[in-house]
Amino acid sequence: MRSTFRDAAHLLRPAALLLIGLAVFLVVRAAVIPKGFGKYGHYRAPFLETARSKPIHYAGQDACVACHDEEAKMRAAGKHAKVACEACHGPQAQHADDPTSLKPKLPDVATLCARCHEKDPAKPRTFPQVVTAEHNAGAACNDCHKPHNPHLD
Amino acid sequence: MMIPGVDGFMYPNEVELQWSILIVLYPYITGLVAGAFILASLERVFKVEAVRPTYRLALLTALAFLLVAPLPLQLHLGHPERSFEMYLTPHTSSAMAMFGFVYLWYLTVVLLLEIWLDYRADIVHMSKTTTGVTRLVYKVLTLGSDNVSEAARRVDDKVGYVITVIGIPSAFMLHGYVGFIFGSVKANPWWSTPLMPVVFLFSAMVSGIAAVLVLYMAAMKVKRLPIDMRCVDTIAKYLFYTFVIDFTLEMLDLIHRTYEADESFRSLDFMVHTRLWASHVLLQIGAGTVVPLLLLAATQLRRFAPGARKAIYSITSCLILVGIFAMRWNVVIGGQLFSKSFLGYTSYKMGLVTREGLLPAVALMLLPFAIFFVLIKLLPPWQHSEANAAD
Amino acid sequence: MEMNRRDLFRIGGKLLVLASAGATLEQIMGSEPAPEAYKMADHWWGMIVDIDKCIGCGSCVRACSNENQVPNGYFRTWVERYEVPEGYVNPIVTSPEGAINGFPLPKPTNFKAFFVPKLCNHCADSPCTQVCPVGATFVSPDGVVLVDKEYCLGCRYCVQACPYGCRYLHPETETVDKCTLCYHRITKGLTTACCENCPTQARQLVDFKNPKDPVHEFLRTHKVSVLKPQMATEAKVYYNNLDGAVR
Repeated sequence: MRSTFRDAAHLLRPAALLLIGLAVFLVVRAAVIPKGFGKYGHYRAPFLETARSKPIHYAGQDACVACHDEEAKMRAAGKHAKVACEACHGPQAQHADDPTSLKPKLPDVATLCARCHEKDPAKPRTFPQVVTAEHNAGAACNDCHKPHNPHLD
Repeated sequence: MMIPGVDGFMYPNEVELQWSILIVLYPYITGLVAGAFILASLERVFKVEAVRPTYRLALLTALAFLLVAPLPLQLHLGHPERSFEMYLTPHTSSAMAMFGFVYLWYLTVVLLLEIWLDYRADIVHMSKTTTGVTRLVYKVLTLGSDNVSEAARRVDDKVGYVITVIGIPSAFMLHGYVGFIFGSVKANPWWSTPLMPVVFLFSAMVSGIAAVLVLYMAAMKVKRLPIDMRCVDTIAKYLFYTFVIDFTLEMLDLIHRTYEADESFRSLDFMVHTRLWASHVLLQIGAGTVVPLLLLAATQLRRFAPGARKAIYSITSCLILVGIFAMRWNVVIGGQLFSKSFLGYTSYKMGLVTREGLLPAVALMLLPFAIFFVLIKLLPPWQHSEANAAD
Repeated sequence: MEMNRRDLFRIGGKLLVLASAGATLEQIMGSEPAPEAYKMADHWWGMIVDIDKCIGCGSCVRACSNENQVPNGYFRTWVERYEVPEGYVNPIVTSPEGAINGFPLPKPTNFKAFFVPKLCNHCADSPCTQVCPVGATFVSPDGVVLVDKEYCLGCRYCVQACPYGCRYLHPETETVDKCTLCYHRITKGLTTACCENCPTQARQLVDFKNPKDPVHEFLRTHKVSVLKPQMATEAKVYYNNLDGAVR
C-alpha cells in the first residue's frame, strides 16, 4: 500500500500544477471582472449609461418651432406640414443650443426637391411626383414653389 | 453604381467578408490535432499494435498544431488584447465562448499530461545524462520527480490509458464543437445543418491521420530509417475506412440539400457552379476526395509492391491534406460569398501582407512544423521505430 | 411585454420562483430606478415601417449617418428598391450606397415596384446576442440590441448570425457596430434620427409598453409582417403591406 502511494506520488506534481493554475485563474477572474457586469443580464450594465450619453445632432421639430414662428406657421398651413425642418436643413442641435455658433446653410433645391418628388414607379401613386426634366425646363423649383408651403396660389 | 466583385444584390453590409483565411486555418489546424490524437489513441486504447511506431509522433504532431490553433483566431480579432474576456465572462449561450475552456482542458489535462507520462522515463534519463541548459530544461520537465521504477511506470501506463480514454471524447468535443460554431448559425443556410459537427469530426480524423502518415514517412526518409510497412499499411487501412464515412456524410449532406431544395438552394447551387466551382467541385470533391479514395481503395484490393504503396500513401495523404483545406475554405469563405437575401454574390479579396492576409496565414501554417522540429529534438519519438527496425 | 424563451433560460430558477409569486420580468429587471426620469422597465421599443408611404428619398439614411457618424460604406439603415417582374423568378433589388442619396431614375418598367427601408429589427430572441462569446452585445431591458464597444472583441460571430445583414465591423474602432435605435435620443424623449427626418412618416418609433402608443391601434387595423418570419427572431420592426418577394 505504502509503496503504491510512493510510486504514484509523482502524479501529484502535475495535479498540483493544474490546481495552482486553476486557483490563480479564479482569483484573477474575481479581481478583474468588470464592474456592474450581470446587473441586468450578461453584459456590463454601466454601458447603458454610456450609450445614453452620446451627443445629439438632430435637435428635433419642437426645438426649431420654438424660435422660427414664421416658417413654422407657413409650413403648418401647407403640404409639408409633417416634414421635419431638419429633414431639409440638416442636423441643427448645435444651432439650437447656441444659435450664433452655427448658421444653417440653405439647402441645394435642385437635388433636395428631386430626391422626394422625382418620378419613380416604386413611389406610392398618390405621392406628388414629376419628371423634373419635363416639368420645370431647368428652372429652380423654388422659382414657383415656396419650400415651406409648396402649394401654388 | 456597380460594386466591383459583386453580382446581383447584397445587403450593403455583406459586401465585405468578415471571416478571412485565418478562420479557414482554425478548423483546419484543430482538425489536424483531433485527427492525430485519435490515431495515437488507436494504439493506446484500441490496442492496434501495428501503429505503435507513430504513437509518439502523433502525440507530438497534435501538440505542435494545438499550440498554434488559437493564434489565427487571436490575430483575426479586432481587439486581440480583449480575448481574455472569454475566460472572465463566457456567455453560456455562445458556442464560441467554450473555445478557451475546451482548449485549455485539451491542452493541459489531455495532451501535455499524456505526453509527460509517456516520456517520463526518457526525461528523467536525459536529465541525468545531459549537461548545461539542456539538463536544466529536462530537470524542469521532470517536475522534480525521478521515480521511474518499474512500479511507477506501471502506474504511468494505467493513468495514461485513462487519460487517453478521456482524451477521445475530448478530441471529439474539440473539433465537433468547431463544427457546431458553424452548424448552429441559422441565418446561414450553407452552414446551418446538424451534420456539420459530424462532418467536421470525420474530416478532422481523415486529415490528422493523413498528416501523421506523411510526417512519419518523411521523418523516416530524413533519418534514413526503414519505413515500417505493417504500420503504414494499417494506418492507410484506417484512413480508408474513416474517409469512406467522411465521404458518405458529405454526400448525404449534398444529396439532402439538393433533394430538399429549400429557398436557399437555387442561390447556393449557383454559387457552387460558379464561384466555388474550382475550390469545391474540382479541389475538394475531385482531387481531394474521389482521387485519394480510389487510390486507397486500390491499395485495399490489390497488393502493390512496398515502393508503390509508399508512393501511393504519400500522394494520397498530400491530396487529402489539400482537399480538407479546400473543404474548410469552402465552408468558411463559401458561407460568406452569397447574400442572405439569396439575390447576389460577393467575392473574397484576400490581402497579401495585411494582418489577415496570405502571408500571416502561410507563416501560421509553417509555425507548427517549427514547433514540431523543436519537439522532436527535445523529446525524440524514434525509440519504438528503431526498436522495431532492429527486429 | 412577452417573456421570451431565452429570458426564461437566462433568469432560470429565479424567474420561476418570482413568477410564481406574481412578479413579472419588468419588476425583476427594473427593480432599481434608472438615472434621470427614464425608467427602462417602462419601455419596450420597436418600429413600424409603412411600405405604402416610403418614397425612397434616403432621408433616413442621411439622418442616421449624421446622427451616428456611420463610417462610409457601412449602414445602420438603408433603403432597397424592389422591382418585381411579372411571374418573377428573382426580383431586381438595388440599394446604391444604401440609398444615402436616394435612387437614380429607374428604367421605365411595368413591374410592380416599391421601397423597403431596412434597419436592425431589435429582435427579442436575437440570434446575434445569443452567439456573442463575452456578452458585449445584448438586448437592453427596454428592448434595444446594443453593442458595448469597450468590451467587444471584434470576433464578428454576431455579424454572421444576423439574418438581416444589419451589423458591420467599424473600421476605426474595430468593434462591431449597428443601429442603436438612437438609444441616446429615445431615452431622452426624442424619436430616432431616421423617424424624425422621414418626410412621409413611413417609419415610426413605437413603444409597445406605452398603452397610449398609436402602435396598438395600427397593429389592430393593418396587415403587418416582419422580415424573414421563419427565422423566429421575434423581430420588433413591423412592416405594413410587405410583399412576399422581400428578403
